[in-house]
Amino acid sequence: MSDLDQFRTEVRAWLEENCPAEMREPVRGDDDVCWGRRNWKFKNEAQKLWLDRCVAKGYTVPDWPKAYGGAGLSAAETKILRQEMARINARPPLSSFGIWMLGPALLHFGTEEQKVHYLGQIARGEIRWCQGYSEPGSGSDLVSLQTYGEDKGDHWVVNGQKIWTSYADKCDWIFCLVRTDKTNKYQGISFLLFDMETPGVTTKPIKLISGNSPFCETFFDNVVVPKHQIVGELNRGWDVAKYLLGHEREMISGGGLGDGAPSLGAQLKNSIGTNGLGQLDDGILRAELAQFDVDALAFKAMAERFGDEMKAGKGHPAQPNMMKYAGTELNKRRHELVMAGNGSDALEWESEASKGGAKARNWLRTKANSIEGGTSEVMLNVISKRILDLPGA
Amino acid sequence: MPMFLNEDQAMLRDSAREFLKSEAPVSHMRKLRDEGCKDGFRHALWKQFGEMGFTGILIGEDDGGLGLGHVEAGVVLEEIGRNLSPSPFLTTAVAGVSALNHGGQHLKDKFFPGILAGETVLALAIDEHAKHRPAQIATKAEKSGNGFKLSGKKQFVVQGASADALIVAARTAGAPGETDGITLFAVDKDAANMSIDNTRLVDSSMAAHVTLDGVEVDGDAVIGEVDQGWQVLAALLKAGRAGSAAELVGVGSGAMDMTVDYLKQRKQFGRLIGEFQALQHRAAHLYSEMEIARAAVLKAQQLLDEGKDSADIYVSVAKAKAGRSANLAVREGVQMHGGIGMTDEYDIGFYMKRDRALNEFMGDANFHAGRVAEIFGY
Repeated sequence: MSDLDQFRTEVRAWLEENCPAEMREPVRGDDDVCWGRRNWKFKNEAQKLWLDRCVAKGYTVPDWPKAYGGAGLSAAETKILRQEMARINARPPLSSFGIWMLGPALLHFGTEEQKVHYLGQIARGEIRWCQGYSEPGSGSDLVSLQTYGEDKGDHWVVNGQKIWTSYADKCDWIFCLVRTDKTNKYQGISFLLFDMETPGVTTKPIKLISGNSPFCETFFDNVVVPKHQIVGELNRGWDVAKYLLGHEREMISGGGLGDGAPSLGAQLKNSIGTNGLGQLDDGILRAELAQFDVDALAFKAMAERFGDEMKAGKGHPAQPNMMKYAGTELNKRRHELVMAGNGSDALEWESEASKGGAKARNWLRTKANSIEGGTSEVMLNVISKRILDLPGA
Repeated sequence: MPMFLNEDQAMLRDSAREFLKSEAPVSHMRKLRDEGCKDGFRHALWKQFGEMGFTGILIGEDDGGLGLGHVEAGVVLEEIGRNLSPSPFLTTAVAGVSALNHGGQHLKDKFFPGILAGETVLALAIDEHAKHRPAQIATKAEKSGNGFKLSGKKQFVVQGASADALIVAARTAGAPGETDGITLFAVDKDAANMSIDNTRLVDSSMAAHVTLDGVEVDGDAVIGEVDQGWQVLAALLKAGRAGSAAELVGVGSGAMDMTVDYLKQRKQFGRLIGEFQALQHRAAHLYSEMEIARAAVLKAQQLLDEGKDSADIYVSVAKAKAGRSANLAVREGVQMHGGIGMTDEYDIGFYMKRDRALNEFMGDANFHAGRVAEIFGY
């Protein structure tokens, strides 16, 4: 038996023994997965138990080094762990921007002290992070951001406003892009970390077309940030931001894969109805669903290839932009078809049967997929410039 | 198996790329077209395929081949697609060999040495109508002495007039629409009562209408089991579909590369047209579609090589996705080339024609999306 086969056997046995039955149910709502924070309210005992066991094993961030709370697994081992978790439908023990976004940036740019301190907190689910990037006047043109940190010797005093800060009202700390030099556009931004409880920080949830408020406006009024809370060099925060955006785009692109059901057409069979041949009795919708399933399965293969190439250091460095573009457009299409397939049932906004309008709200939520983290149009610009090497892009 | 080529496969790709670029680039195909070549390919090139070892990729080591898989066959096919190189590789060395691998040793002994040497050419006589509907096969094979008598009509028999033998799918039992009762035969080109009408297709390849009017074959000609030919046909089709999907990825990539290069050269309104965002976004979208198609094709090939059941659905995903993506590539290619793209002198039009023929080969994107829906039970 090879080492990897041996590892798979061990992982399978460990999961069998340690993943509680309740944690093998499909994820239905946001709080079905632990997001971690100072005072996280566990939904049930099983959720806490699952997190504790994974933390002890390093499995919340399996590919991070052990010194920072991970399990130090290789790429191949991590893939096996994910496959084995998927096999038993295990929920992720912990989900967070800290894991997907800040963590990789800290691993790359952080000091040893920062890594031990912040990465450990993320791995244990102790601190929930939000991202302070966009501003009212700086969306796609992010680098024009104005939030300013004035140098006061051993600290900065930050003033300004961020927008579309995901779950800012539920987060403990923020990683934030702040202008520290007004004379240099790209090399005048720093990447700062600070506590959301610092005096002068306020948040205001934004009600969206879905009726939900996952995003906030965040205001900074003379917020004091000590100098050691910078990641990377002074005025070189754009490098960190770009690196991190790659991870964000990678994460968002995963949305195109849906909830793991292999076929959307099969999933919608009952609600659409079938004819005597057992085919969906709406021929045009059937054709659209078949095309969608082809594209979704093809994208799934692409996601696997992308992951394997990235781990092996083979992929084009701008490939996350292509994944983000394709994945988000696919996910929007998926939800258009979910709405079409469920007809008037999916229009219900409040009823119990509709779980409070879950389908409609999810459908509306997906419209942000191709806007947040860089719009589809910006992704196409990046592909044009960095991959196709087209002029003047 | 990671989803990228391993070292050996990458080496094979490099040697196939170099070989086809130097021996059979687009100008080679143009020359055959201009000469009105009746075979639609050069036998001398086929011989070189044999010398390179390509023709033995799917033939087992016991039979003198390399014993490699569909990933390796696909690597060669993508380069064939990129160069629009005419050859019997897909029909003979990929689909034909995959069928014969299910046949008796006498058939392997009869055909494999010639295929390995790049001498023998096989053609596939499956389709009977304008659209690919393999379960609808009506060509009859009636018991006659210790063999069979074949009657029916076949079309889109690629290189049928130049082949040494035809693999004919016929019905020994059952009715059109049923998968039971189909039998595959290896029929020699000189068989009596068989007429082969050679026709040039839009992409300058040659295909034949074949009429079987009581063609007698003996029992040895049966590939696999009588009435159980569907399994053999399925193996042939999976290989041919995954293979044509790989070739489509090559065709699409070739067209895309040509087009992106053109965007960097052509000036209008005092600038390179590649500076216009309207064209940049379409090129970037095309890139994304081609990357996804390539991944889907590799997935299908890997699953085939691993002998997984899910290969069936992924082969259809691959053919459908590669078909659509390559089609987008050639359409955008001609449009972005503007007027020059409409000229015979320029190569982009050849890509458009080849894409059309390959899309139709063994089921187009609609057929395969329909198969995906069927397999998923809706």
